[in-house]
Formats: sequence, C-alpha cells, structure tokens
Amino acid sequence: METNTTHTTSLRVNGADYRLDVLPWVSLLDALREKLNLTGTKKGCDHGQCGACTVLADGKRVLSCLTLAVMKDGSEITTIEGIAQNEQLHPLQKAFIEHDAFQCGYCTPGQICSGIGMLKEGRAHTREEVAELMSGNLCRCGASKGIIDALMEVKEGGGYE
Amino acid sequence: MTKLPSIGQPVSRLEGRQKVTGSAKYAGEYNVSDLLYGYVVNSTITKGKITAIDTSAVKALKGVEAIFTHENRPSTAWFDLQYADMDAPPGTVFKPLHDNKIKFNGQPIALVVAQDFETARYAATLIKFEYEEEAFITGLVTNLDKAHEPKKGLATMLKPPPPPPVGDFEKAYSCAPVKVAAQYTHATEHHNPLEMYASTVVYEGKGKLTIYDKTQGTINSQLFVANVFGLHYKDVRVLSPFVGGGFGSGLRPQYQLFMAVMASLELKHNVRVTLDRSQMFTFGHRPQTVQNLRFAADAEGNVTAMNHSGIGETSSYEDYAEILTSWSHMLYPAKNTLFEYDLVSLDLPTPIDMRAPGGVSGMHAIECMMDELAYELKMDPLELRLKNYSETDPSTGKPYTSKALKQCYLEAAEKFGWDKRNPQPGSMQRGNKLVGYGMATGIWDAYQFPARVQVILTKEGKLILHNATTDIGTGTMTVMTQVAADEIGLPLEDITFDYGDSKKPFSMFQGGSAITSSTGVAIVAVVKELKKKIIKKAKGIKGSPFSDIKDEDIIFKDGAIALRSNPELALSFKDIMTLIKETELKAKKMAGPDVLKLKNYSKATHSASFVEVEVDKELGTITVTRAVTAVAAGRIINPKTARSQVLGSMIWGISKALHEETILDENLGKYMNANLGEYHIPVHADIHDLDVIFADEKDELINELGIKGVGEIGLVAIPAAIANAIYHATGKRINSLPIHFDALL
Amino acid sequence: MNNFAYAKATDVNQASAQLNGSTQNKIVAGGTNINDLLKYFVTQADKLVDINPIIDNHTITQLDNGGVRLGALVTNADTAYHPIIERDYPLLSKAILAGASAQIRNMATNGGNLNQRTRCYYFYDVNTPCNKREPGSGCSAIKGYNRIHAILGQSESCIAVFPSDMCVALAALGATVNITGPDGDRILAFADYHRLPGDTPHIDNNLKHGEIITGIDLPAKGFEKNYSYLKLRDRASYSFALVSVAIGFDLDGTIISEARIALGGVAHKPWRVSEAEDFLKRKKATRENFAAAADIILQGAVGYEHNNFKIPLAKRAIIRNCMMALNPESQRPGAQPSL
Repeated sequence: METNTTHTTSLRVNGADYRLDVLPWVSLLDALREKLNLTGTKKGCDHGQCGACTVLADGKRVLSCLTLAVMKDGSEITTIEGIAQNEQLHPLQKAFIEHDAFQCGYCTPGQICSGIGMLKEGRAHTREEVAELMSGNLCRCGASKGIIDALMEVKEGGGYE
Repeated sequence: MTKLPSIGQPVSRLEGRQKVTGSAKYAGEYNVSDLLYGYVVNSTITKGKITAIDTSAVKALKGVEAIFTHENRPSTAWFDLQYADMDAPPGTVFKPLHDNKIKFNGQPIALVVAQDFETARYAATLIKFEYEEEAFITGLVTNLDKAHEPKKGLATMLKPPPPPPVGDFEKAYSCAPVKVAAQYTHATEHHNPLEMYASTVVYEGKGKLTIYDKTQGTINSQLFVANVFGLHYKDVRVLSPFVGGGFGSGLRPQYQLFMAVMASLELKHNVRVTLDRSQMFTFGHRPQTVQNLRFAADAEGNVTAMNHSGIGETSSYEDYAEILTSWSHMLYPAKNTLFEYDLVSLDLPTPIDMRAPGGVSGMHAIECMMDELAYELKMDPLELRLKNYSETDPSTGKPYTSKALKQCYLEAAEKFGWDKRNPQPGSMQRGNKLVGYGMATGIWDAYQFPARVQVILTKEGKLILHNATTDIGTGTMTVMTQVAADEIGLPLEDITFDYGDSKKPFSMFQGGSAITSSTGVAIVAVVKELKKKIIKKAKGIKGSPFSDIKDEDIIFKDGAIALRSNPELALSFKDIMTLIKETELKAKKMAGPDVLKLKNYSKATHSASFVEVEVDKELGTITVTRAVTAVAAGRIINPKTARSQVLGSMIWGISKALHEETILDENLGKYMNANLGEYHIPVHADIHDLDVIFADEKDELINELGIKGVGEIGLVAIPAAIANAIYHATGKRINSLPIHFDALL
Repeated sequence: MNNFAYAKATDVNQASAQLNGSTQNKIVAGGTNINDLLKYFVTQADKLVDINPIIDNHTITQLDNGGVRLGALVTNADTAYHPIIERDYPLLSKAILAGASAQIRNMATNGGNLNQRTRCYYFYDVNTPCNKREPGSGCSAIKGYNRIHAILGQSESCIAVFPSDMCVALAALGATVNITGPDGDRILAFADYHRLPGDTPHIDNNLKHGEIITGIDLPAKGFEKNYSYLKLRDRASYSFALVSVAIGFDLDGTIISEARIALGGVAHKPWRVSEAEDFLKRKKATRENFAAAADIILQGAVGYEHNNFKIPLAKRAIIRNCMMALNPESQRPGAQPSL
C-alpha cells in the first residue's frame, strides 16, 4: 500500500455529514480545524496533555489530537460548535459565562465538551470527584474555581444522572 | 438593559458567548484562501555553529514550497535597533536565521513551507544539519562566579536597578540582637499560555500585509515587522482580537511572526506559522534566580537592617533584568539597607517578563525571611508586619497615593481565622495530616502608560471606541465598555469597544497590570471631549432648549443630554444626530499619567495572603486546602472579572510554590520537560477553597478613575504564604521553589 | 510524524498478515500512546494496522473458573466502570481511574495499556542519547535529571520506569496475558510479560513482533474486601506516578491469609516480590509487619541523584497503603493518600 493513499472517511459532525479524503496521519483535530474550518476545537499541546482538543465522539469525550481522522470513519462527532441548539446556549455554556469560568477562553471549548461528557458519564457525585474527573482539562488562566462551580450548578440542576 | 453606574457591577464578559460557542477566532484560526503552512526547525545543539545543511530529502517531498535557512533567507534589516521591539532589553537582539551561529538549544534555524500542515511538519524533520559544537553553560547555581552588573538601556527606565544602600547594613546587622539569613533559589518557568504562538499572514500585494498574530501588543508586532522587513508601518496591520493567554510571553514579537512574514513576502503568498508545544520552550521564560537575604531587628521587633542580593539569569546576547531585590524597603522602614542585583549570561534564550516578574520571586524570599524573623522574635508573623507597617514608602520617603494594606491584613486574617493559629510548628493536626497556617504580603507597581482612544457617536446614538490594546483574557473589553458607559451615560449594549488591531489608536503592550488604567483613563478623557462636542452641537440646533444653558448644568443620562435641574428636559443622542444631520461625531485623545503630580508620590498595589496547607505526616504530600487573598488596588471596575484575575494568579502562586518548573539538564544544555505532561501546572483537583477580598481603597491621586491593575498582585504573596504554612506545619524551611513534597520526608 | 500507510484488520489473522513480518508495521488500537510517539518521532512506522474492527476482543466476560476475561480492545474506562470489575476487582478499577485522564481512558485499550512505553524525558527527546530508543547510544538519565526514574531492577543501560497504573493492579491480581500470533496462541503470566531492561532496554516486553494481545484474564480472587491503590505524584491528577502501590489482602479477622503488593513508578515493570507476600501470610495486619514486608520489597533498591527519595517514599507508601487496604472506603479520587 502506498503511503500517499488517501482514505475516504465519513464523519457526521454536529449533525452534518462529511466525506473527507484524508491521509492516514491527519489527526481528527487537524481535520476539524483545517479541513472543516471548525476551529472551535483547540490545539493546546497536540500530545494529549492538555484536553483543549476534547470532542464528543459517539457521545464519549475523547482527545481529537491523539485520534487519527481515518480511524473515526462512520463516527458521530460533536464539537463545541454543535453544543448550542440553534441560538439557545447549553446550560453548561450559560453557567460558564455566569461563573466567569474562563479568561482567555482557549481551554473553554475543551472544558465544556469534557464537562458534558463527564455529566453524561454520571460518575462524579461530589465536588472532589468532579474536579478529579475534569483534571484532564488544563486551564492556564486559573479559572478552576469557576469551571467547577459551573459544573456543580448544572449537575445539581439535574437531567444528567 | 444594563443599569448604570456600570463600574462596580459584576458584569459577565461581553465576549463570553463567542468563547463558549467556539466562534472566538485566535491567531492561527483564520480561514484564509490558498494558505501555506510553515513549520519551524530548531537547533539540537546548545552552542556552536551550523557547518552544513542537507535539504535533499525535503525537496523530494511533494507539497513542499520552500525552505528558509540562514543560507538563503531574504535580506532583512541590517541594524539591531530595527529588530528591537518595545520590550527589548539592553544588548544585541536575537535575529532568527541571521547567521550560522547557535546561541541556545532550540534556536529556530529553518522554516519549511508546504501546502498543508502535515507535510510541513514532516518535512521539518527531514532537513539534516551538521554542527560544530562549543562548550556551553546553562545552570545559574553552578555559574554564580560569572555574575555581572546588568547593562543599562531603554528598558532600564521601567526596571531601574535597586536603590543605593542606606545607613550601614553590615554594622547594623552584626550588632543586631535578632537576625536571620537564608538563600532562596527558583527554578525556570515557562509561561505556556494554552494557545501556542501563531501568525497568519495575509499577503495583500506589494509590501502590504494583514497579520493575525498572537501577541500582547498589536503595535509592537506591527512596528517590528515594518522595521525588520523595511515596510511602511501603515502597510502592516496586526490583528489580535482574541489571545489565548499571554502572561508576559507576548510582550515581545515571537519568532513565528518573523518566520511567517518572511515566507509570505518572499513567496507572495498567505502563510501561517504555528509553534508546537515544545517550541513554546524555546524563547522567553521566567529566569532562574538565587537570592541571599539577611534581615535584622531590634528586640521589640522593629526591622533595622535588610540585605537582599539577587542573581538572575540572562542570555549571552541581551541583559534581561527584573526588579527582584528592591521590594522590601517599599514595605518595611529599616534604617540600614543593602540591595544588589546581578546577572549571569547563560547559553539560553533571553528571559521575558512572566506574570509579576521579579516581584513574585523577590517577595517570596522577603516574606519567608520575615516569617523566620517573626519566629526568631517569638512574635506572630502578622504582628511583625503590622509592627513594621509604613504609611509612606520608606525607600523614597514619599507618601503612597493610597495604601490599604493594613485593611488587607486585617480583613483577610479575620476571614481566614488567623487567630486560631497555634504558632508552634507541627502543633496543629487533622488526622494523619499536619496543618499549617502561613501568611505573606504582596506588593506590585501601579503602572499607567500613555494611551490614545478614538470615540465615535453614531447616528443611532451609539458609541464606538477604538484602541489598539489586546484582551488577553483579563476582561479588558468588558471593563473598558463599563468605563465608557458610565462616562457617557449609555447602557453597555449601546457601546462597542473595538480593539486588538494595530490600525487603531496607540496602546502599549498589555503588561504590568497597566492596561485598565492606561486605556481606561484615555477613554474618560476622550469621552469628555466628545461630550463637549455633543453639547456644542446640541446648543447649535435651531431652537435648542440648551442654547443658553451653561455646560456644567447639562448632564449625560440614558443616552441623552438633560438639564441637571430638570432631567425631564432631555434630548437624546439620536435626536441630536438627526437634527444636526451628521452621520457621526468623533473625538480622539491621548492621555497618560499625571507625571508632575505623581512624582511626589509612590504608587503600588498591595495584597495579603493567608494559606492553610495540609501535609501528610508520613508521605509529605502537600495540599493547599484554603487560601484567602485580600487585594488593595484602588477602585474595582468589575468585581467578577477582577476576582477571576486574582483567583487565577493565586493558582499561579500555588503552581510556582508547589508545581511548575522547567527542568534543565546542564549536561545537555537543554530543557527536558518541554511539554504539558511533565511541565506540571495545577489541575482542577489541586485547587480547593480560594477566596478573594477587595479592600476598600479610595485613591484620588493615582488617576481620574482611582484604579490600579489587578493582573499580577494576586500572585505575589502566595508562594511565601505557602512556604511559611509548610514551615508552620512541619518545622521545615524549604527555600527552593517549587517545593517537592519529598523534601518533607 | 512520518508518512505511513493505514490498514484495518477485522480478525487476528488479518492483523498478523498486515504486520507482514516488518517491525516498521505497527498496531494501533486506542492510539493514545503510539500517535504521541509518532508525533515526537520517537517511533516511525511504514504502516499502522488498526485492530479495532476485531469484534471478539471488545467484551468483558465471566469465565467458567470464576475469573474474568478483559477483551484487549475494551477501553480502560469501560473496564474500570464495568459492573463486574467494580464489584469483584475494585483494585483494578481504582488503579485504572488513577491513570491518565477521563478522555484518555475513554480511548486507551487494555491491550495498549500493557504495551505503552516509558515516559522518561530522554526517551522522548530524539536528540538525546537513549539506549531504549537507540540501542548503544547511552543513557542520559543516569547522570541527568532522574527524579522520575527507577530504583529497582534497573541496569547500567536504562533506568526508565514503566508508567502504567492499570498494570500495577494486574500484577497484584496475578492476571495472565492471552497472546495470539503466527505461531499460535500462548498465555503469559503477568510477571513474565514485561521485562527488566538489562542490556536490551529497547525491548519492553515479551510480546513478539506479529503477535497481538487478545485479552487479559483475571483469576477468580479479586481481593474485593481489602484492597487499595495509592498513587503519589507531583500534582493531584493527570500525571505519572513517582511511586504507586496496589494492595490486595485476604483477611481472617486480623490475620492476613493472603497478601498481594505491587509497586508502580519504581521499575521497568510492575514490581512484585513474592517473599514479602509470603512473609505477611498468617501474620497480623499490623503496621510493624507491613513495614517489615516493605523492607523485603525494597531490598537492593538503588537511587540516583534526584530520586533517592523514592526509597523511603516507597516504604512509607507501602505501609500507608496496607493500612488503607484495611479500610478500603478511605480511598480518595485520584488515588490520593488518605487516613
């Protein structure tokens, strides 16, 4: 097999279907940002060490930087651009604004996608558990308190567990 | 509709929606047609020269458009001065791809440009360099004998050397009944904003460029590009509306900007260069420091003598200085002082200011020394601070424009419960944990730079403000809108603060916690100017009810001018604009600090931090369970965003005290943990109960708004408070940051 | 990242065929480690063989002998949160949840966890000598910054440690590794899977090229009543262990009838010393006995300039975690110390 062979990869991203011809070494993150112009998903390290690239793949939070796009053929991907419904912000997005859960905003899409994934998993019950299960998302500005406050508010608002 | 006055209200960030929906665009995210991607290649040796370059493997790769090295780079400016940005320290500025010399490991030595990101990334690994290596030095502690006095230059104005000695320190110290001495060492730190440095350069034809750049100073980047590449500055437009964190690293143009512009001009093409995370460790950083302190007091606890001698690290080509050792005498009125600051030139990149540069490192040492002194005196550490409290600045004898540090101490101590502290180290326990309480003082300058703002009143009666500043996450956009809202009497919804663009009126780079004062004061000035124009125009309207009214009897309220004595009599901005048949009214004004008035005063922000730690008795693991920081920074415009600034810097303080360090391998002359997996910044699970208090500090002298910055002050006191709390818990003084928990075993 | 080809394998034979005898053809499953290594150029590949389509290896099943089989392709998260694992093998669940981040655990597979490579700084930096990455080039860590390195079982050529948490629990539980390959199926005891560096540090484990892990079998005994996983590191979460300890006890009142102790973060493989476990048999569950067992485990430990602390730390961590295992509900998120 030639190394310059592209692979036709079907992705359903935020409800829209895409067929991409991708080379094997293209990460899902770069495919989203550079090929689909969905730059809401951030590249903070490109090595699985910061969480900024978190997306939901078939409902689960994963790191798009360590995912090869070709390996997600047939998957349903939700990025930050697909979290709000039309103009209606997701409760977690609202809570992030209300709790000032970000400063520069660069880790925010990853925090929110990861937070939604975490709430769906239903494994975190206490503040300590929420903080632990969100620790894969670094925030260099130091907005941890607002982030966990926002998550606790939405978690306690129900609908997830 | 938002209510006025807006100042003092916890307004949520106006750009919040863009940030939580992913529509906020950062420098490397602009969708530009026919974009080429550049990837930088870095030196793998620490010092020496490149002797040969083999690019044959790259040339064979499909999709590669160009390779730039020192051998074929296009000609750029000749003179160092033309490379010197607004924040350049004294010395010879580093010029990427200038010649074959290698000055530090990771030095950028080539740029590969390709049609897609992946090809550029791969190609960058295929260029083969041969080097001639030379001996190098990179460790500070092992090279202290090479210390020299920092060179002086333009940057020295903002960072003066320590003040000359007062009294006779050696004599006073040797005779003092109570004295302490210690050495403090700090590891290297890298800013690591989560967004990596990126520049997207749009080639607009013939020497004209639009650049989306990650920077803390749009005009700084603009002038750098114009000077280095010989372009007219008006032909270079730098845009940075969203910046994914800076913390000082963006105070100087970083090398991706040079690379992207060079490639764009040469290839006459749109080019993007984004650095990778390991490359984020190949430019400025917080320097390693070694500090020696000796403090003495009389038997009553009056500090009588203070010596603070610090040595910092710089590169082989520039003398980067911090204000490291000048702080103690701004707080404590010792009669005998001796302050020194020297540099060791190492084969590393030049350091660059990193959040509370100098202040956080120096105050860690000073406030740990004060804690030791308190124990030596058998005095409560807070009592020692209060005993040596000075309303004036002992280092100059001048009064402070305002100083609510005492309130900070008292309010934070009360909220924290400092009175429950048993001073005996190791005396407080919680199960298997030793509990320690520690406190420390923080101080930071209250800078204000000149700034220029343009204001436009539209025919709809709305306000648009223009200024070149960035908003690196501080809340600048929101806060500036609030300042304007109160000054003009319009709700926030009717005001647009347009920023992050070098084409807009002047702003210094966003650093030193100065932008809120700098741009804020300019906004007040320019809106006042606009108000005069509005009044004049309104009076000129035929049959105007205001024609005979004195200006001072007219007020601005709810988007209208009105009679002070009878606010019912009002004329809306919109009506005025309709009646005068103009599409807009404009004003532009420069404003700066009142230098003449301020020269009789000292100015500073202050803070006090109280910290509780738990230390596992057996395992040494350290948890900062609680921290309270009280900040005195004049009037707080937005308590929500200001609180976030302080909370964020408190986490930076925890990080500096316990987590982050760039590991330097002196044998190899390079950093070994240039990634976010091994460069540890705190995760959410490290952060527990944090509290912020803003002391009521009225300052009628500092500037028209009575404000000081809050971007850095929250960091300054935390490392010492943590170290002191660890001492209180364990009886161990660990003077080397970060404190590894195994030091407590 | 170099340019490589990509192929899917839908069964193990196809996977072996795709690997085609070339060590430059490599398996990808969760991708969390290999994609990282490829990006850093620590690894290069001619072809990645994606084994995710192999249906058989995606399940967790109860075995007739009372044990449980973990499919090699089940993710770490699905394993940790599986009702059988949570109920019968909580030690494994806790250890998995102490590793990496929630996102990575959602991606990383059980087989991949065994095959992850060291996080030694020098291994990861392709411009420094490293015998593991480039045999014969030397070890930069021995005289370099070796805070995270080994104190047990290391050699003159390599002092790297194996970074897994999950494997520390698997070692303590006495799991077995099911392997298939061109020469047929074989089963390796967990202790025989990973290797010590010796003078071949570039070989991490005894999986031969062309072979793949199909599953991991847990024996019936899960130590679900008295167990604990403790992980000590430079921040509370999302970092590798400086020292970690997995403990499982069977208790008869206050008497230990069986003990399992495995260490992570201290050696080139999970470290388990049967003499120490034998020592504890039929002894009282006391701090003194735990300390004596810890001394047996750490016999021969040697530290370097920056990691000498690991020797006393490991001893104390063993003692503490033995105490925690007597009181398993004391365990905290992120396997932080408690009591």
